Amino acid sequence: MNKFSIKDVLKKNVMAIALFVIYVFFTVMTGGNMFTSSNVSSLIDQNAYVFILGVGMLMCMLTGGNIDLSVGSFVCFMGAVAGVFSVIKHVNTPLTLFLVLLVGIIYGAILGFLIAYLRIPPWIATLAGYLAFRGLGTQILITVSETSAISNFPDSFLKIFSGKIFESAYGTVNIPCIVLGILGSAAVLVLNITSRQKKVKKGYQADPMWFVIVKSLLIVAVIMVIFVQLSLDGGLPVVVLWIIAVLVIYGIITEKTTIGRHFMTVGGNAETARLSGINNKLIMFAAYLNMAVLTVLAALIVTARFGSANAFAGQNFELDAISACIVGGVSAYGGSGTVVGMVIGAALIGVINQGMSLMSIDQDWIKIVKGLVLLAAVVFEILSKKGNKRQ
Amino acid sequence: MAKVLLEMKSITKTFPGVKALDNVNLQVEEGEIHALVGENGAGKSTLMNVLSGIYPHGTYEGDIVYDGEVCEFHNIKDSEKKGIVIIHQELALIPYMTIGENMFLGNEQGSKWCIDWNKTYAEADKYLAMVGLSDSSKTLIKDIGTGKQQLVEIAKALAKNAKLLILDEPTSSLNETDSRALLDLMKKLQKEEGMTMIIISHKLNEVSYVADKITVVRDGSTIETLDAKTEQISEARIIKGMVGREITDRFPKRHDVKIGETLMEVKNWTVFHPEFAERKVVDDVSINVRSGEVVGIYGLMGAGRTELAMSIFGRSYGIGISGTLKLRGQEVTLKSPKQAIAEGLAYVTEDRKGNGLVLSNSIKTNTTLANLKAISKATFIDKDKEYLVAEEYKQKLRTKTPSVEQLVGNLSGGNQQKVLLAKWMFADPDVLILDEPTRGIDVGAKYEIYCIINDLAKAGKSVVMISSELPEVIGMSDRIYIMNQAKIVGEMPASEATQENIMACIVGVGGESAAADNKGGEA
Repeated sequence: MNKFSIKDVLKKNVMAIALFVIYVFFTVMTGGNMFTSSNVSSLIDQNAYVFILGVGMLMCMLTGGNIDLSVGSFVCFMGAVAGVFSVIKHVNTPLTLFLVLLVGIIYGAILGFLIAYLRIPPWIATLAGYLAFRGLGTQILITVSETSAISNFPDSFLKIFSGKIFESAYGTVNIPCIVLGILGSAAVLVLNITSRQKKVKKGYQADPMWFVIVKSLLIVAVIMVIFVQLSLDGGLPVVVLWIIAVLVIYGIITEKTTIGRHFMTVGGNAETARLSGINNKLIMFAAYLNMAVLTVLAALIVTARFGSANAFAGQNFELDAISACIVGGVSAYGGSGTVVGMVIGAALIGVINQGMSLMSIDQDWIKIVKGLVLLAAVVFEILSKKGNKRQ
Repeated sequence: MAKVLLEMKSITKTFPGVKALDNVNLQVEEGEIHALVGENGAGKSTLMNVLSGIYPHGTYEGDIVYDGEVCEFHNIKDSEKKGIVIIHQELALIPYMTIGENMFLGNEQGSKWCIDWNKTYAEADKYLAMVGLSDSSKTLIKDIGTGKQQLVEIAKALAKNAKLLILDEPTSSLNETDSRALLDLMKKLQKEEGMTMIIISHKLNEVSYVADKITVVRDGSTIETLDAKTEQISEARIIKGMVGREITDRFPKRHDVKIGETLMEVKNWTVFHPEFAERKVVDDVSINVRSGEVVGIYGLMGAGRTELAMSIFGRSYGIGISGTLKLRGQEVTLKSPKQAIAEGLAYVTEDRKGNGLVLSNSIKTNTTLANLKAISKATFIDKDKEYLVAEEYKQKLRTKTPSVEQLVGNLSGGNQQKVLLAKWMFADPDVLILDEPTRGIDVGAKYEIYCIINDLAKAGKSVVMISSELPEVIGMSDRIYIMNQAKIVGEMPASEATQENIMACIVGVGGESAAADNKGGEA
């Protein structure tokens, strides 16, 4: 039987520990500036799109290390489309959202068809989108606006994707935010403890009680710190709700459903999957359709955050999403990876970004460090796999 | 007496857990065509891999004496320098390069830094003429047929100054005419160039046509060497050497298994190769299997057995499939593995690592893979139930592992095979097609697999067992089909089956034409 060992736990959570260490490092280096409520809040705000796109990229990568390069350009294009409907044509917000979603679904379906059924290599099919949508988005913006940007989005639109819930003044404690934090913490505690109880009741091996409690308390501490900081910065950002919803839904899909299992199997061994009655093509199709839909959401969030659609929106977003997955331990060859891992990967890159910026280090150096971190993560993954085999 | 060009002395090669070669001796004289024959897995290819340096010096015991000196080859380059060139069964030509480019891959003509293309093509044409190929050396490989490709391989070998040419199943993908042309080329090279050749082949008619000496390999040992100059070698004589093995009680008996009605019936089943659309890989095959019955399909590698099985299993192989498939008396059309599974069919692959298991996943997830429905509700997987199922099969099949959370990639071959069986047993099929269920696993595990097969028959399932091990087919089956060159060439109850009469079925079909021609021509 697998015995519980601290060593295994540390090994499993090495990225989370790295994230914590790096965060503390930058907090010290910036003289605590990193840990102010406005910086905690902006860390989340700035990286919201990475979490959303990272989830979509995760689903693509699970099917065999496949990526979508068109994500960033598509964000720009969808921003322009949303702007045209909402601002130029004065379409009401619900209809705008519906139309934008429809465009996303159409693109996703075409892309999925090309990749899954015509068997065009994903990076080529999406490279075409990378080029075309940047051009198309820019052209639309230039055509409809002299400043080649669309702003003045209606409030009804902005409120859905940006701003704060029950906003309060900076520095005062926002009660609804704290209450939500407490509710979330309670949910984590209850879920962890009941799931252990269930395991014990059925006679399966379970982690010791003290470990479950320590683990839960650590998670609760992180949640409470974040929510308290957010509450001091005016309240809970709307994007946090979007992020939580997407992460929870896809966390459940990948961990608990047959759909997630199918994605993993196709990536683990496509032939085995096919001969086990899994429709490989449908899975590939679904991965890219899903990516397009999540890209629409990211586009709306980004557009609302800046209050405008512009030609530079979404630049390098695809690379951010891919990096988040890789750093988060998603296999570059497919078949394994988790939403939680991706979130940690995204946060790690976000923290490095923000920390180095706050230390006023040059952008070029930030790029160098990010590149090295990415490389180190892949090397680490491959070496640790080799180590496992030797045992 | 010609001089001995090659002598392999007491070669022993061990893989983890298996002795692939046990004290093998082989002597090849200069200028002769020497055939190596034996069943699949007898050790022929391993022996040739030792000779050509694919298994480098030090990984085996024994000596290779070539041209009077003891050789220590560390890779293929070493052996090629000495003039030993091996042509593998799967052609190693690159389709979108010209014949000339392919011939001099890794042996480029010209100066060190610059390829001299004029010289390349001139040289290529010279060697092509030698093998009797009239196509230009600037033709792309993809534009010539497999027969000509095989000739290009030989020309390529000649261009490396080969003195000893090893051909591993050179005719396995060729039709009759092309095979004949190739064998005649071998004879011509022997006569005109004094080339020494070793040919590995399953086609005994070809072997007796072309070979001067025949060495029989069985279970990793050389059994005997027959000399065609001193005695007339009949194919029956070769077969006797190949299969002369006792069947002991390596097979558990089935008692009181009631054989019921026909569960699966395949009629006039024909399948074409997915890439070479004119090649029939399964030709008008009709088989049936009843509940509680174990039906063996015996055939050598490449006979079309796997192709037959996979095309039945939801058309997962081949194109232009025709014929009818009846399950439980009802005619069905299965268009995907998914449908096949739903109709109660299971195909347990011969290639467990390649397309049977997900090695990076746990035993647990592999076990439930083909029947996730049974452990989920509205796509939500009941992980407790999944664990229990995996645990149940682990105990039932006696899979040796500390936990069902263990990754399948870390298991031994025998235990992997058990997980594969568990996966398909959990899918609860009526008909199981087992393709080489005991390939590459040790004797103990084999026995356990046989017991599982017996249990399946006892439970009223139909089992189709594909195997290229004669004793296994005879020991385990109720009824045996014999397959050769895409056709069913014989059917017999196991009680009447002997190794000799099964092999006779195979020889009967493939053998008559070429052998008859040969004798007619020489008379």
